[in-house]
Amino acid sequence: MHRKGDTARSEPPSARTEPSEWLLEMRGIVKMFRSVRALDNVCFAVKRGEIHCLVGENGAGKSTLMKILSGAHPYGSYEGDIFYQGRETRLNGAADSEKIGIAIIYQELAQFPELTVYENIFIGHELRDGGVINWNRTLVEASKLLERVRLKVNPRAKIKSLGVGKRQLIEIAKALSKNVKLLILDEPTAALNDDDSDNLLCLIRELKGQGVTCVMISHKLREVLAIADTITVLRDGVTVCSMDTRAGAVTESDLIRNMVGRSIDDIYPKRAQSQPGDVLFALRGWTVYDPMSEREILRNVSIDARKGEIVGLAGLMGAGRTELALSLFGNTPGYRLISGSLEFKGKLARFAHPRQAIDAGLAYVTEDRKKNGLVLIQDIRFNATLSALRKLTSGMIVNGNEEIRAAEGLKKALNIKAPSVFQVTGNLSGGNQQKTSLAKWIFAKPDLLILDEPTRGIDVGAKYEIYTLMNQLVEQGMSIIMISSELLEILGMSDRLYVMAEGRIVGETSARDASEQSIMSMATLSGRDDRTTHDQTREETA
Amino acid sequence: MNAQTQIGIPHEKRGGPPILSLLKANIREYAMYIALLVIFIVFGAATNGLFLSPRNLTDLINQTGYVAVLAVGMTIILIIKHIDLSVGYVAGFMGAVAAMLLSRGTHVLAVIPIILALGIVIGMYQGFLVAKVKVPAFVTTLAGMFIFRGCLSRVTTATGTIIVRDTVFRSFSNGFIPDWFHGNGIHILTLMIGVLGALAVAASQFRSRRNMRRYDFKVSSPSTFAGTLALSVALVIVVFWMLAHYKGLPWTAVIVGVVLLIYHFILSKTPLGRSVYAIGGNTEAAELSGVNVAKVTFLAFCSMSLLAALSGILYTSRMASATPTAGLGFEMDAIASSYIGGVSVSGGVGKVTNTLVGALVIISLTNGMNLMGVDISFQYMLKGAIFILAVAFDIISRRQA
Repeated sequence: MHRKGDTARSEPPSARTEPSEWLLEMRGIVKMFRSVRALDNVCFAVKRGEIHCLVGENGAGKSTLMKILSGAHPYGSYEGDIFYQGRETRLNGAADSEKIGIAIIYQELAQFPELTVYENIFIGHELRDGGVINWNRTLVEASKLLERVRLKVNPRAKIKSLGVGKRQLIEIAKALSKNVKLLILDEPTAALNDDDSDNLLCLIRELKGQGVTCVMISHKLREVLAIADTITVLRDGVTVCSMDTRAGAVTESDLIRNMVGRSIDDIYPKRAQSQPGDVLFALRGWTVYDPMSEREILRNVSIDARKGEIVGLAGLMGAGRTELALSLFGNTPGYRLISGSLEFKGKLARFAHPRQAIDAGLAYVTEDRKKNGLVLIQDIRFNATLSALRKLTSGMIVNGNEEIRAAEGLKKALNIKAPSVFQVTGNLSGGNQQKTSLAKWIFAKPDLLILDEPTRGIDVGAKYEIYTLMNQLVEQGMSIIMISSELLEILGMSDRLYVMAEGRIVGETSARDASEQSIMSMATLSGRDDRTTHDQTREETA
Repeated sequence: MNAQTQIGIPHEKRGGPPILSLLKANIREYAMYIALLVIFIVFGAATNGLFLSPRNLTDLINQTGYVAVLAVGMTIILIIKHIDLSVGYVAGFMGAVAAMLLSRGTHVLAVIPIILALGIVIGMYQGFLVAKVKVPAFVTTLAGMFIFRGCLSRVTTATGTIIVRDTVFRSFSNGFIPDWFHGNGIHILTLMIGVLGALAVAASQFRSRRNMRRYDFKVSSPSTFAGTLALSVALVIVVFWMLAHYKGLPWTAVIVGVVLLIYHFILSKTPLGRSVYAIGGNTEAAELSGVNVAKVTFLAFCSMSLLAALSGILYTSRMASATPTAGLGFEMDAIASSYIGGVSVSGGVGKVTNTLVGALVIISLTNGMNLMGVDISFQYMLKGAIFILAVAFDIISRRQA
C-alpha cells in the first residue's frame, strides 16, 4: 500500500531514492540537555500507513523525540539523521514539518477558545482569494472536514463551548486540512472519558484506511494493545524494542517489563531503619473542583504521613499530584474545595495562603524551579531566605550580616556549588538551582516537606546529594511527601507509597512490597473495569 | 551591602584592566551618570554657563522635586510589573484641593495631613481594584486618569485658577532652610550640611568596599577607589557650595531627601522591600514562598497615590496656585525617570536612588532647553528619543550580562 511520494523536491545525494516501506526513519538520535542525555542513540522507524504506538515511563524521552520530529528542537540541536519518505530531512521549526505533512497534536491543545470551530481549523493557513480570506469557502471546507472526523457540531460554535473530546477531533480536522501524512498524537486520550476515547481510536483506524500514518504516545496500555500495528518502547532515552503486534501476540506484561526492566542499584542511599512516629498529617476525603478546567481534579483523596517517614506519591503526569499539593499549600490556583478535611499536627487546618501553611510548618518545593520555585534574577542569598525572612528580622530591619551567614551555612550544608552566595541563581546549573530551592525550605524548618519531582532534570551526583539530604531530614524527625514520576526513585526512597490516577488514590503499599510493575499497572489503571467517567466537561451549547 | 545590584563581579571573572572591567560590570549604572554629565556640559556650554549658575541649579532642584517624589513611587509600581497612569491628575486634583482648603482659611498644618490622607484613600481605591479585583493596573489607572481629571476640573470650575497666598505653603517649593549663622552672603548651615553629606558619602563608600572585600568580591584598585571617592565627595561639596552662594538649601531638596531616605530604607532593609523585589522577579515563586502578593500590591498603590498627593502639594506650592491643567503629563516624566534610572522593563530590578538621577536627567533636559529657548515641540521629541534610547540600551546590556 505504497503511496506516491512527492516528486517536486530535489534528491539530496546521500538519500536513498527507492520509495521504501518506511515513511519515517530516525537513526541514532542523541539529544543532550546540558549534561543530561535525554535521548541516547534512539532509532525509530514508522511504516507507511500503520498505527505506531510509542510507550515508556515519564522521562523516557518520548516527548523529546516527538519534539525533534516537529522541529521544536531544530536541526543541529541533536545528533543523528531523520529520513522522511526516503530523503534526509532537516527540520528547523514547526512550519518545516507542517510543509512535508507532519502534524503533531499535543496533550495541551493549542487552540483559540474565543474563536469558532472553522476559524480554528484554518488558522495559520487561511483559505484566501487574492489576499482576502474567503469565509464562505472556509465554512464549506470546515464542514467537510468535520464530517470526515465524524463530529457533529456547528462549525460556527466557539471552541470554548466544546468538551475536550470534541476539541481533540477538531485538532485532527485541522491536521487533515493541511494534508497530513504523518499524524502524531501525544497522549490523546489522557483527558478523555471512555466514550470519547473509543470514538477517537475508531477515527484513528478510519484515517489509517485513508492512508494517514499515525504515531500515538500513550500510557494506557490496553488501548495501545487494541490499536497498534507496531509498538516501540523507550526507556531512559534508549529504544528498548519495537514489536509488531501482527507478528505475534504482545501482552501487557511484555510491555511493562520492557518499559521498566531495571533493578534498583546503589543510587539510593540507605537510611537508618526507624519506626515511624505519630501521624503528623492526615488528609481525608479531599475533593477539589477546578473552575478553570471545569472539572473535579481530585476526588476523595485520603492520605497520611507520619513523623520521620518518607511517603511516595506515584502516578503518571496529570494524575493530580501537583494539584493535590497546591490545593493543600494555600491553594494559590484558586480551586474550589468540595469536601474533605486536613488534620496537621493534631489540629484541623485549612490554609488560605501559602504564608499560613508555612507558619504552620508546611513546605512545598515546586515541580518547576524556574517557573515558580526561584526568583532567577536574584542571588542565592535572596532566594534561600525568602520564605522565612522573619527569622532574620529584628524590628523592621533585615539583618544583612545574619542573612549572609545563614545563606552561607545553607550553601555549605547543601553543597551548592557557586563562588559565593551573591551568585545570581539564573546562572546556576539545574542541580544547584534545585538545591537552592530546597535551601529556602530547609531554612524555614518545616515539619512536613512536600517535594514535587525533586530530581527532575538534574545530574546523578546532585540526585544522590538530594537523596542523602532527604534521609538526614527524616532522621531528624521531619516528614516528607515525595511526588515523583520516576518509579525507581519512589521505590528507592519511600517508606510507604500511594499511587494516584485521574485525581484519585488507586493504591497504597509499603515500598518493600511494591514493584515497578505493580505501580505501573495501578497508575495506568489497567485491570480496572469499574472506572467511572469523572470528566464532566461541559458539552456544546452553541 | 546592597540588596539589588550585584556589586562588582566575582573573582573568577577577573581579567582586563581593572577600571574597564569594573566599568563593564556596572555599565548600566554608570551610563546614567555619564548621560547626566554630558547634559550638564552641553547645556553649560550652550548657555554660557547660565545653566550651571547657583540660581539655575536651585531652580533645577525645585523643578525636579515634584517629579522626583512621583518617580520614587512609580519605581516600586514598575518593579512589581504594574503601572500607574493616574498620578498626574491625582497630583493636580490634590493640589487643587489643597489650594481650595487654604483659600477657605484652613490652616496649612491641617491641610497637609488632610491632603496626604486623601492621597492614601485614592491609592486604596486603585490598589483594591488592581490587587483584589485583579483589574489590570493599566485599565484601573487609565480610568483613574479620567476620573481625577474630572475631579480637578470640578474643583477649579467655579473659581478658575486658585491662588495660594499662604507663605508657609508657598515656601515648600520656593523657600530655603533658615540660616542660623548669618554668614556674609554665604549660607553657613547649607555648607555644614554639605560637609556632613560629603562625609556620609565617603563613609558609605568605605563601608561598601570593606563589605565587598569581606565577601571576596573584586574591588577596584586603591587608585581607582581614591579617584571615585574624591570625585563624589567633590561633587557633593561643589553642589552645596553653589547652593550656599545663592539662598541656601531649598526645602524641596529636604523633602525629596527625606522621601528618598525612607523609600531607600524600606526597599533595601525591610522584608516589605524584599517582597517587592521578589514579586517583580517571579510573582508565582514569591506567592508560593509566602509573600502576600495582593497585600504588597495594594500597599504599593497606596504609597503611589500618597506620593502623588505630595507631588501635588509641591507643584501647587511652586506655582503658588492651582490651575485646571495642573498634572498634565506628570506620569510621563515619572515613568521616564524610573526607566532612565534603571528600572527593568521586565520588572524585579530598580533602585529609588537611581530613579532620582533619572528624574534629574529628564528635568535637566527640560530646564536646559528652556534656557536655550528650544521650542516645546522639539523638547518632547528629544525627551522621547532619550527615553527610548535609555530603555533600549538597558535591554541590550541586560541581555549581554
